[in-house]
Amino acid sequence: MSGNSSKKILAPILLVVGVVSFIAALVIDFMELGYEFRGSLLIIGILGILLGLFTLPTEKYHRNIVNFVFLFPLLFTFGVTVIIPLILGIGYSFTDWDGIMVGNFVGFDNYVKAFQQPSFLYSILLTALFVVINMILVNLVAFLLALLCSSKMKGVGFFRATYFLPNLIGGIVLGYIWQFAFSKALLGLTEKLFDLNYSILSETKFAFWCIIIVYIWQYAGYIMLIYITGLNTVPREVLEASAIDGANAWSTLFQIKIPMIASTITICTFLTLTNAFKMFDVNLSLTGGNGSVQNFMGGSLTNGTEMLALNIYSTAINKNNYALGQAKAVLFFIILAVVSIVQVRVSNKKEVEM
Amino acid sequence: MNREEKKSVKVLKFIVALLIAIYVLLPFYLLIINACKAPMAITESPVSAAGASLSQLIQNLKDVINNVHFEFWYAFGSSVVITVVSLVLLALFGSMAAWVICRNKTKWSTAIYFIFIASMIIPFQAVMLALISTFRDAGNFIGIPMLRSIPGTIFAYCGFGGAMTVFILVGFIKGIPYELEEAASIDGCSPEAVFFRIIFPLLKPVIVTVTILNGMWIWNDYLLPSLLLGSSSEVKTLPVAIQSFVGSFVVQWNLILAAALLTVTPMVIIFLFAQKQIIAGMVDGAIK
Repeated sequence: MSGNSSKKILAPILLVVGVVSFIAALVIDFMELGYEFRGSLLIIGILGILLGLFTLPTEKYHRNIVNFVFLFPLLFTFGVTVIIPLILGIGYSFTDWDGIMVGNFVGFDNYVKAFQQPSFLYSILLTALFVVINMILVNLVAFLLALLCSSKMKGVGFFRATYFLPNLIGGIVLGYIWQFAFSKALLGLTEKLFDLNYSILSETKFAFWCIIIVYIWQYAGYIMLIYITGLNTVPREVLEASAIDGANAWSTLFQIKIPMIASTITICTFLTLTNAFKMFDVNLSLTGGNGSVQNFMGGSLTNGTEMLALNIYSTAINKNNYALGQAKAVLFFIILAVVSIVQVRVSNKKEVEM
Repeated sequence: MNREEKKSVKVLKFIVALLIAIYVLLPFYLLIINACKAPMAITESPVSAAGASLSQLIQNLKDVINNVHFEFWYAFGSSVVITVVSLVLLALFGSMAAWVICRNKTKWSTAIYFIFIASMIIPFQAVMLALISTFRDAGNFIGIPMLRSIPGTIFAYCGFGGAMTVFILVGFIKGIPYELEEAASIDGCSPEAVFFRIIFPLLKPVIVTVTILNGMWIWNDYLLPSLLLGSSSEVKTLPVAIQSFVGSFVVQWNLILAAALLTVTPMVIIFLFAQKQIIAGMVDGAIK
């Protein structure tokens, strides 16, 4: 092959240039010489090594080299952004880390502190309540919408697209649009309904339900689409057979359709559960987590609508307590992992039973 | 059921669907009409279209676009660059990695795949604080700023989007017959040529799916860019810009809603043109 001879020269050159600049960049880094060009030198080094390896004229190891070069970019970014911060973060939660420097090892102090904070415990309870209510309501609404939109009807495509539309918009913008709706546009209505002379977002009890309303509005259309796909997999023959046997609409629904889309229900509960748990944007822009709670564990709180994710954020970023925030984040991770594993187990069992 | 009844049920269903659609669209209606008003008109009647005018909308948009806290064109440009480059890199690196994982049944590739899948359960909150410090330290060390920089943010999206992208792609590549690749390598095709000439073109439908899923997430994401770029810094994405804009002064709803309208419009336009693909992509991604 003609390409081989040029590769024979190219590969060593690339490798040598790569290794030399890589090492040079690292030497500058470690000696803290601070030359501006060290960053580009490092990138040239890594690219040189990868390309050099790639063009190396070897039959035997070529496949392995390709595997390595193909895996490298994604694994590298994944390692730096997910794995390293996760391990460091878990480590930091046992220290008095302030976001920049690690001082002392403090054992489980941060975790103890977290559990002694009424506001944190309140956030856990509120999040649990939100997740449960949200999971039930979103699935119910989405399923009903799916039934509506999977029947033959004029303009069904338009309705599907419309119901899905809110899902396109980010939580921050959504939160502001609804904040306007609740505190300005609907003011007249809520004044009459609840006898309030101010926005219902300022009343903790109502504000919690406002978040739920907004979340259903945003999310039900998306879950509906998944249910429609599930309902479409129910074979037409089965439905026709049951109709001939004299099944009415209700028994068709409960004894045929729902059991046959059990796996779709599992997916949708999983999605709504994990997403409700991680809800942050809407919480931040709709209420900012504010709201007064008069009596919780013998004291009053000001974070009446603050869910876990926002609580972690405000602990670390706003109150500048990184170690405590990180400890809460680790707890959040553990709770989420346990809940989702349990959910998947339970629904798998149910699926088998059906 | 006789015909009359069936027809009335149909009409009833249609009316219910229409009412729900009106409810769903109501916030958009409020958004649009109030973005076209002066502050006084909003206070007088936030629900009706009275006082809304096109000239006021243009005035509001002008005020918003030139606002120092919002800087629409700048934020819009950053958002586009970050989203597009991240999507291209995720599609390319993701399919390369997924192909290697799928076609090499070694301990290593299985372990990597398992770690990818397991990592999908990690909430962003668990890594975000250490991510800031890791990026700061790494940036100082290698001399390329990772915080307050567009490349740093793209790097982070490649890392966070990688797991789901690989997961969906592996599921698809498994279904491509291996004989295809064997035949090509017997004909003297090198492994990289097998991937780029044979496998990659076949991945087109599933790459559309992951691009839609990742695109919706990256374009609308607030938390990651707000932490990596800083809420008051010179580099910002649209969600970060609107947040810092709202926080910057006493609530002026006509301007906030005009800014929201500017943020929402690009996504809605894309949706109008690629409705089918987006809906199919979102559903496919969830089911896999």
